[in-house]
Amino acid sequence: MFMFEKAMVGSRRYWIWVGALLAVIAVAFGFYLHQLSYGLGLTGMSRDVSWGLYIGQFTFLVGVAASAVMVVLPYYLHNHKEFVRMTILGEFLAVSAVTMCMLFIMVDMGKPMRVFNVFLYPQFHSVMFWDMLSLSGYLVLNATITLVTLHAEQQDVSPPHWIKLIILLSIPWAISIHTVTGFLYSGLPGRLAWRTAIMAPRFLASAFAAGPALLILLCFLLRRQTGYDVGKKAINGLAVIVTYAMIINVFFIAMEFFTAMYSRVPGLTEDFEDLYLGTVSHTSLLPWGRTSIVLMAAALVLLLVPRMRRNEKTLAVACALVFSSLWIDKGVCMVVGGFIPSPLGTLTRYVPTLPELAITLGVWAVGALMVTVFYKIALSVEIAKEASYVPAYEFARTAGAVGLQAQAGGAALAPGSGAPGQENGEVSGKGEQEWHQ
Amino acid sequence: MKITRKEFLKISGACLVAFSGKKALAVLESPAQSQDSPAAAGKLHKQLGMIIDTRKCAKDQGCTKCIEACNKAHNIPDFQNEAHRIEWIWKRPFGDLFSSYETQYLETSLKDEPTPVLCNHCDNPPCVRVCPTGATWKREEDGIVMMDWHRCIGCRYCMAACPYGARSFNWVDPRPHVADLNPDYPTRTRGVVEKCTFCSERLAKGQLPACVEACTEKALVFGDVNDPKSEIRQVLAKNYTLRRRAELGTGPNIYYLI
Repeated sequence: MFMFEKAMVGSRRYWIWVGALLAVIAVAFGFYLHQLSYGLGLTGMSRDVSWGLYIGQFTFLVGVAASAVMVVLPYYLHNHKEFVRMTILGEFLAVSAVTMCMLFIMVDMGKPMRVFNVFLYPQFHSVMFWDMLSLSGYLVLNATITLVTLHAEQQDVSPPHWIKLIILLSIPWAISIHTVTGFLYSGLPGRLAWRTAIMAPRFLASAFAAGPALLILLCFLLRRQTGYDVGKKAINGLAVIVTYAMIINVFFIAMEFFTAMYSRVPGLTEDFEDLYLGTVSHTSLLPWGRTSIVLMAAALVLLLVPRMRRNEKTLAVACALVFSSLWIDKGVCMVVGGFIPSPLGTLTRYVPTLPELAITLGVWAVGALMVTVFYKIALSVEIAKEASYVPAYEFARTAGAVGLQAQAGGAALAPGSGAPGQENGEVSGKGEQEWHQ
Repeated sequence: MKITRKEFLKISGACLVAFSGKKALAVLESPAQSQDSPAAAGKLHKQLGMIIDTRKCAKDQGCTKCIEACNKAHNIPDFQNEAHRIEWIWKRPFGDLFSSYETQYLETSLKDEPTPVLCNHCDNPPCVRVCPTGATWKREEDGIVMMDWHRCIGCRYCMAACPYGARSFNWVDPRPHVADLNPDYPTRTRGVVEKCTFCSERLAKGQLPACVEACTEKALVFGDVNDPKSEIRQVLAKNYTLRRRAELGTGPNIYYLI
């Protein structure tokens, strides 16, 4: 398989991490087999709350996938060269996130073996059909982009010209996947908490905060583990994007809150009372909703003070807060909250069961494994290029060894990696420059 | 003839595209397929509907004859677990159905009166609109919202879309929970959605729906609301009736006479 051999070489720590992920996946798969034979009754979902953690994760991860556009767009459309070492990471993150989305849909299905009915009997009036189409399209686009650009980089040639078109197409496509996912909810007549025109914009704002926040954290982790440095400017640029997106996201929530609470229309207020105020119901969402709001506020403070945003330690905390608050907001509260109260006014509690949590964790582990393997491959190519000036045909032979070196002595490589990194940025930047003309 | 792996993949890819393209065209060409188009909605030759006369129904508040008849006819499992319950027709307090329709000062309040609830067989069913496989559809000849349990993938989008909570999902295998099996009607498998079908299997034999037939108070009036001479239309013409959440534009066909 494509450069897969590069992921098969690694330090002891690398293999322990991969092994741990595989173990989690194996356990989760066991639970999934049980769910498959017993039915979705194994989960905490019910007649009234008929979607739960799985669809919540799906919705959240569509956002993470879409957020790759936040590094691709500045780099390709606005020529922000500082993102050069980050684009491939963003695109690989997108591929992993879309795969997780699809897995979460699969584990939520009552009859997963019939999934192809969606394509055998296409229903153009169903938003879900379009969602499946846009998600699989996005996966194909990003898989193509990463494959072709990385391959070109490995061969030390500039990527073919047609890939620019694919990259440009991936930008509006990223917006579309989260817009269509928003339509899944906002187009339903009877669910007042979801039936808001601001649903898709709110999805996008939260996605463009949560996704890049995760990417910043991954970049910090990569630098510590492997010495691969995306550069201070790239991190700062992305931090500004996270800040703006988070402000817009909180602004949108405030808009919803005002509309509901000032108009006092019961169907609208119920959701907010349930999530944040706890004035009427006793469902399990209240602590989640409140935690999410507190974390969002804390994240905003850290992001808005320039000194804290530029300090890597506080930025890392801010990013963790952004990611976790939005995970709660979309992955837990948004979906479940829409089902409370039920059409007949029942306030049904939803608490995920242990197998449900295990399966959810398993899908996340698949995503983490994909990110690990993809980043390993990408970094092997990048580091091989930076660490040696041997001719291209020798890369294949040395890349593995250098990758190993980088794994084992990440710290040793780190101080020197800044300078060649810059150089590399300019070298590959030349190729990009031609594209822009 | 020798075919390389690459060529084989190309040819099979092309076949797949051609096949799905043909399917897509077929669906686009026949307007009958788009059940939720404005042309189809409300202009059906026949639209079956039901009146629930709450005054007659309230005479015996503990009565469950309609529910029992339905459960028996359709092999509806009996789950103790509230979360897994399957319901085609069931009773809920009137206040849950129509939360904004009465003042609190009435002496004889309808609010707590157990009232039958079932699928509204909407003119414009949101469940049909959202179903990604066409496993639920609006039948042209009589306006029943039908279900195909063999095509349903169990995504439960229809349950999220239904503003009436009329749909049930088989969270676990229902068969062990069917006490008194009716061999003339299929049981369902775990992982699919189901709901009331106005007893399409009985209508085909010229019989009334099981719930209508079982009601000794004659509280349920069933018929074609598009036929001005039908009994249901006579009752609708002379009485003030309510429909659940009609403001959503779904065009529910269950009428509540109060």
